Parts: sequence; structure tokens; C-alpha cells
Amino acid sequence: MGKSADRITLQVARYRPEQDVAPSFQEYEVPCPKDWVVLDGLNYVKDRLDGTLSYRWSCRMGICGSCGMTVNGEPKLTCATFLTDYAPGPVRVEPLRNFPIVRDLIVEIGDFMRKLVTVKPWIVRTAEKPLSEGAYRQTPQELEEYKQFSMCINCMLCYAACPIYGLDPHFIGPAAIALAQRYNLDNRDEGNAERLQILSQHEGIWGCTFVGECTKVCPKHVDPAGAIQRYKLDASVEWLKSFFMPRGA
Amino acid sequence: MPTSSTLKRPIEPLLWLMFSAGGVLSALVMPSLIVVFGVAVPFGWVPAPPYDHLLGLVRHPLVRLGLFGLCMLSLFHWAHRFRYTLYDGLQIKHLNEVIEGLCYGGAVVGSLAAAYLLLQL
Amino acid sequence: MTELPLYTEHHPRWIRRRVSTYWWLGRGSYLVFILRELSSIFVAWFVLYLLLLVRRIGQGEGAYEYFLAWSARPLVLSLNVLSLFFVVFHAVTWFNLAPKAMVVHVGHTRVPGVLIAASNYGAWVVASAIVFWFVLGG
Repeated sequence: MGKSADRITLQVARYRPEQDVAPSFQEYEVPCPKDWVVLDGLNYVKDRLDGTLSYRWSCRMGICGSCGMTVNGEPKLTCATFLTDYAPGPVRVEPLRNFPIVRDLIVEIGDFMRKLVTVKPWIVRTAEKPLSEGAYRQTPQELEEYKQFSMCINCMLCYAACPIYGLDPHFIGPAAIALAQRYNLDNRDEGNAERLQILSQHEGIWGCTFVGECTKVCPKHVDPAGAIQRYKLDASVEWLKSFFMPRGA
Repeated sequence: MPTSSTLKRPIEPLLWLMFSAGGVLSALVMPSLIVVFGVAVPFGWVPAPPYDHLLGLVRHPLVRLGLFGLCMLSLFHWAHRFRYTLYDGLQIKHLNEVIEGLCYGGAVVGSLAAAYLLLQL
Repeated sequence: MTELPLYTEHHPRWIRRRVSTYWWLGRGSYLVFILRELSSIFVAWFVLYLLLLVRRIGQGEGAYEYFLAWSARPLVLSLNVLSLFFVVFHAVTWFNLAPKAMVVHVGHTRVPGVLIAASNYGAWVVASAIVFWFVLGG
């Protein structure tokens, strides 16, 4: 069996805070069958070569959003990135950019978690519909309005790709705004005004300069850049309205 | 996360709207103007428009208004975009107020100059 | 969140990587983005150029001739050729991205983004034709 065809080298970033001062790279040679993804390679390392390697993963099928890492400089879901695409290698695996590194390939995501809550990503209603009135009904067109933004799996590849978030950690970021839009555009929701309060800050939508990288790297085709630009226009029109029309109840 | 200093930024929607309007106007109208006055006439590809024709054209109230709108909105388009480029590209956030003053101030000064020049024709 | 504690078993020492001043050189799409943003400088230059022209027109035929001669100088000409490239680049990127911000509905269906972009390009052709007609014609 030829060596180069079915083995590939992974250059994996290591950082053990109890003994290291800075991250470094460690090389591992893993098998490279054509159906293996980078996550399979990492699991092989952990199972057979080096049990001290730390990284996050869960569903291994692109729906949990846990396994985001930087592969050869690009933010990727390691469960959706085939090793053979990088043959003959090496494949450089680093933690997701723009987040603090906790250990090895694990980043601290608390910042995103706190920001997500501030945009109220749930249906906001002044009065709940009583159970006796039955379920909310939506036409297919009403569902289409927000469906794309509901596909977000919170993998944060968009935050890793966004240069604005890298430069200004106060920026609320692409996924948070896209998720706010998912609810703003849902006709069961009545929370637009509340979300606008948070998102019309300088570190909300106005921090975005439409680089567009977030949309490029999104594995679920959510198009956060589109969500943000649309929101800028909506927010500006709201602002104009508040000038010329008295604030409604 | 929003801080108290950023809650006082209701001017952003207006600045963005002006940036957008300037972007649209400059995209629609500037290329053809540059082709005529910046490239084709200086290169001699087309004869220069006769003086009287241009004077009459520029004196027309609608043209004056259109030119003023183009100049003012294009300047605010530049101011907004350039401000963010300096902010992000050079990471000189600590000079934030200075940058904003120079950019939007420059746009205001330019707009005033445009109004003056167009009015005194 | 901003202070760096010493490493202990329950407070790990996180590594925060600082973004380089040259971050925009690290990726092709970042560079294109910065060039797109810098096109605004050429927009501002041409406003200045237009105002200089208006000023000369206001000063009489001799001043206008002087302006025409000045505009043919190699430095001015090269600047304007460069400006043309950047302003066209601005226009193309603007029209291609406009459908993202402008979501138009006809009844319940959404107008496809391609149509919005196409109508922007159409407006561009019409506006240019009007400029050529009024400035060069008649």
C-alpha cells in the first residue's frame, strides 16, 4: 500500500496553559480514506496517537455547530471538511480565530453566548394566544420570510471570518443579528422595537461595513451579511418614521 | 455590548442613509461624468463642450440642484466610508472623535463650497 | 473578561491573539473589500474636480480654457483615469450588493435579487445616456 495516497499529516495547534506560554504546532500522521473528514483525523489522533489533544465536537453531521476550527487558514466545520481535499497535505488545524484560546483547539465562546441573549432570540408577544384558539398558522410565504435565518447552528464561523469582530470585540456580530432578524421577520413575533434598541447601537448593526466574509463561510447558507444590510435599511426607515410620525403606542 | 456612551448614537441612521444616497448617486452619474470631463475631453476623443453650452447647462436651476445633491451626498458617502476604513483598517480607535470631525467636517465644508460656487454662477 | 488572571486549575490562562495592522493583506477578499472602501477617496476627488470646473465656468471663457488645458496635464489625466477605474469598481460592487439591503415584495412573493441588480444597472445606462446627451449633445 502506497504511503502518500492514504496517509496525511495534520499540523495541530497545541496550547496547554499549565505548561505552555504560547501555542505551538504538533504533527500527527493519520490515515486518509476518501470519506474521512478532518474531525475523523482528530478523533484518530485522540484515540490512537495522543489522548491529551482537546477539541469540541458532537453530532459530526453539521447541525450542532460545535466543531468549528481554522483549517489551512479558513474557518470550517471539521465534520464537513474532507481530508482528501487537502491531499497531499499537510493540513493545519488551529482554533477558531477572533476568540480567546482556552486549550488546544478549544476557544472561549462566552462572548457570543452573552450577545445572543441580548437580541432576544425568541418569539416576543405582548399577549400570548390562549391555547383554546389553537396553533399559530403560517403560510409557506410567511415561513419563507425568515426560514433562511433560522438555519443558523451557532457555529461561529462567521465571527471567525469577520474582520470587524476581530478588531472590535464589542461588535455584536453576524450570527446575533441574523438570529434577531429570524424573529423580526417571523409574523408571530412582536419584538421588533425591543430588538431595535439593542441593535441600533454603534456596536450593533452600525459597526458592520459589509465585508461579506460571514456569508461566504457560513456552512448553512444563512447569509448574515444580507440580514444585516436589510436591517440597516429597516432601522433607518424606522428612524425616519420616528421623526415624522408621533411615536405610536 | 452597548455601553452608556454608545446609547447616544441616534445619528447613525441618518449618516448611513446619506452614505447610501451618495453611493447610489455617485455610482449612477459619476462614471459618465469622469468619462467626459476626466478622460475623453482631455484626451481629445471628443471635442470639448462649447463654453456657452456648459454655462447655460450649469446655470439651469435643476442642474444646479442636481450638482449640489451629487456633490453633497458623494462627500458624505466618502466621509462615512473613509471614517470606518480608518477606524477598522488602521485600528486608530482612540482618535475616533478626531477622525469623525475631519471626515464629516470635511464633507460639510465641501458641501458649503459647492453651494457657494453653484449659487454665484 | 478583560483582565488576565494567573493560571490556576479553575481559571485557565486564555490566549488572545491581537489582530495585525495588516489584517487586510491576509486574504484576497479582505483586500478587495479595502479597495472598495478606498474607492470613496476617488469619489471625493472627483467632487473636487467637478467643483473646480464649475468655478472656472463661473469665471469666464478664458478660465474654462485654462481648466481644459490643466485637465490634459499627465498628472491630472492619470489621476482621473485611475478615478474612473475606482468609481466604476464602486458602481459595480454597489449594484451587485444592493439587492441584499433592498428586499422588495410584489404581493406575497419576493422579487429575485437578480432583477433588483439588473434594474440598477439599467438605471446606470439611462443616467449615463442622459449625461452624455446633455453635456456632449446639443
